[in-house]
Amino acid sequence: MGADFVQFSLTPILIGILAAIACALPGNFLILRRQALIGDAISHVVLPGIVVAFLVTGTVAAIPMLLGAGAAALVAVVLIEAIRRLGGIEPGAAMGVVFTALFAGGVLLLEQSDTSRVHLDVEHALMGNLETLIWLRAEGWGSLLDPVALASLPPELPRMAVVAALIAVLTLIFWRPLKLSTFDEGFARAIGLPVSLIGLALVITATVAAVAAFDAVGSIIVIAMFICPPAAARLLTNSLAAQVWWSVALAMLSAILGYVLAGYGPLWLGFSNSVSAAGMIATVSGVILGLACVVGPYRRRVGVAVGA
Amino acid sequence: MPSTLTLAASGGAQTGAGPDPASPLCLRGLTVSYGDKPALFSVDATFPAGAMSAIIGPNGAGKSTLLKAALGLIPTVSGQVTVYGQPVAAARDRIAYVPQRASVDWDFPTTVIDVVLMGRYRKLGLFRRVSRAERALALDALARVGMEGFADRQIGQLSGGQQQRVFLARALAQDADLYVLDEPFAGVDAATERAIIDLLKGLKAQGKSVIAVHHDLATVAGYFDHVFLVNVRAMAEGPVETTFTPAALAQTYGGRLAATHLDQLALTVR
Repeated sequence: MGADFVQFSLTPILIGILAAIACALPGNFLILRRQALIGDAISHVVLPGIVVAFLVTGTVAAIPMLLGAGAAALVAVVLIEAIRRLGGIEPGAAMGVVFTALFAGGVLLLEQSDTSRVHLDVEHALMGNLETLIWLRAEGWGSLLDPVALASLPPELPRMAVVAALIAVLTLIFWRPLKLSTFDEGFARAIGLPVSLIGLALVITATVAAVAAFDAVGSIIVIAMFICPPAAARLLTNSLAAQVWWSVALAMLSAILGYVLAGYGPLWLGFSNSVSAAGMIATVSGVILGLACVVGPYRRRVGVAVGA
Repeated sequence: MPSTLTLAASGGAQTGAGPDPASPLCLRGLTVSYGDKPALFSVDATFPAGAMSAIIGPNGAGKSTLLKAALGLIPTVSGQVTVYGQPVAAARDRIAYVPQRASVDWDFPTTVIDVVLMGRYRKLGLFRRVSRAERALALDALARVGMEGFADRQIGQLSGGQQQRVFLARALAQDADLYVLDEPFAGVDAATERAIIDLLKGLKAQGKSVIAVHHDLATVAGYFDHVFLVNVRAMAEGPVETTFTPAALAQTYGGRLAATHLDQLALTVR
């Protein structure tokens, strides 16, 4: 692997890995809290938020995108609560209605607005543009030490790195309260932990991960990474710490394997075009989850009645 | 029917009185509502220190709600709660709460010793390492509930009775003065029920206070010193011998207890 790899594959793979990890980390806790659907909802709701933010500001800069996505998430939460209370239906159904409707609204907005001069369209929203995040100035591994070449790194890479690092640090710092309030909310409240605040912070963290990753890799990877690596990891271990480490490892594996398979898999099979890296990464994570369901050592525990 | 019944809700002597600073849990005018229905209405209660108290009432009477509201786990509409004369938030180190066993997911990826160590969170905080002394304390709590061999066991592998013992061990690890238990005997085997009641009586002997939501009327007289009867409103409160009477139960349960059941209970009480 030489200059070609550094120029065309290194940065997309790194961005894919960082996006996968940033989503998988909060995904572990969302799954254990039976809130996996929230990750799905957030990644859908991000689209209309980003489109509206673009229409208002005319740029695709990170801060307006984040604010737009955050505002959309807020609107979604209010709508979900309103539908749940006024309609008297269960939260999962309310969530499903709201996020698909908002996502559809985002698609319509996107089609009707003039986004031709920026890279913002439905395909991008779903698949991202991972393959285009290349590092043209790189001339080989030595460029990693060359400040001039480093300055032309795709901005998605440092942005995603900062977000992934931030989420990792937050997970480490708040490990005990997160674990405690996820396992036993009543007890956590009784010893004075701010349980509602912890739950809200977790959702906000997931939103930040979704927005940052959405821009680089699209919503398909985001949805898959919130659920597949943590769910597969749960089947491989009975310890929360090991589960989180496994989810990081499986997220990385999905990103690398998915990128390579998307780029070279079809060629190996005799086709002439490569396929979408985002789609392949998500597919690989799904296959890993499927394998874990079949061979995971702790698969029998899932769904077993208490005391059985 | 004896007419000497003390009915707190009908304007008993305590209504309107200030909180009792000696009481481990004192409620004044506690009102909780779910939607527009009151779950508890203007409840006064003064649980005695150094005693075992039972909270008794029919299903849906607000027994668990009373515990949760008293500990600040759910929002209240109005009312005042004191723990040893202090607001609950200032007394968290003195309270050990044992939630209903079924309220958590026992498939959670963790071990028995980890759950018991959760009882040490207020001492450990975010970062402090689990010292050998802390671990020894948790293992000792497990030994006191007869679970010393289970420290590294996955919690999903425990039976219902073992789960309840682990929850109790976590409460013991908190080293509190007031133990608040929500249906500690629900769905546990006879041996566990015996072990738990012996342990709770041991706590009482050390001067600790125990308050439990209890639903087996047949064992009230054998297990508890003090009863608090509730059905949305406070119905009666006092020592088991004088308060746990067929008349008070009939009033609390309405028509929901068969007359023969009440007669049997009357026999148990005497």
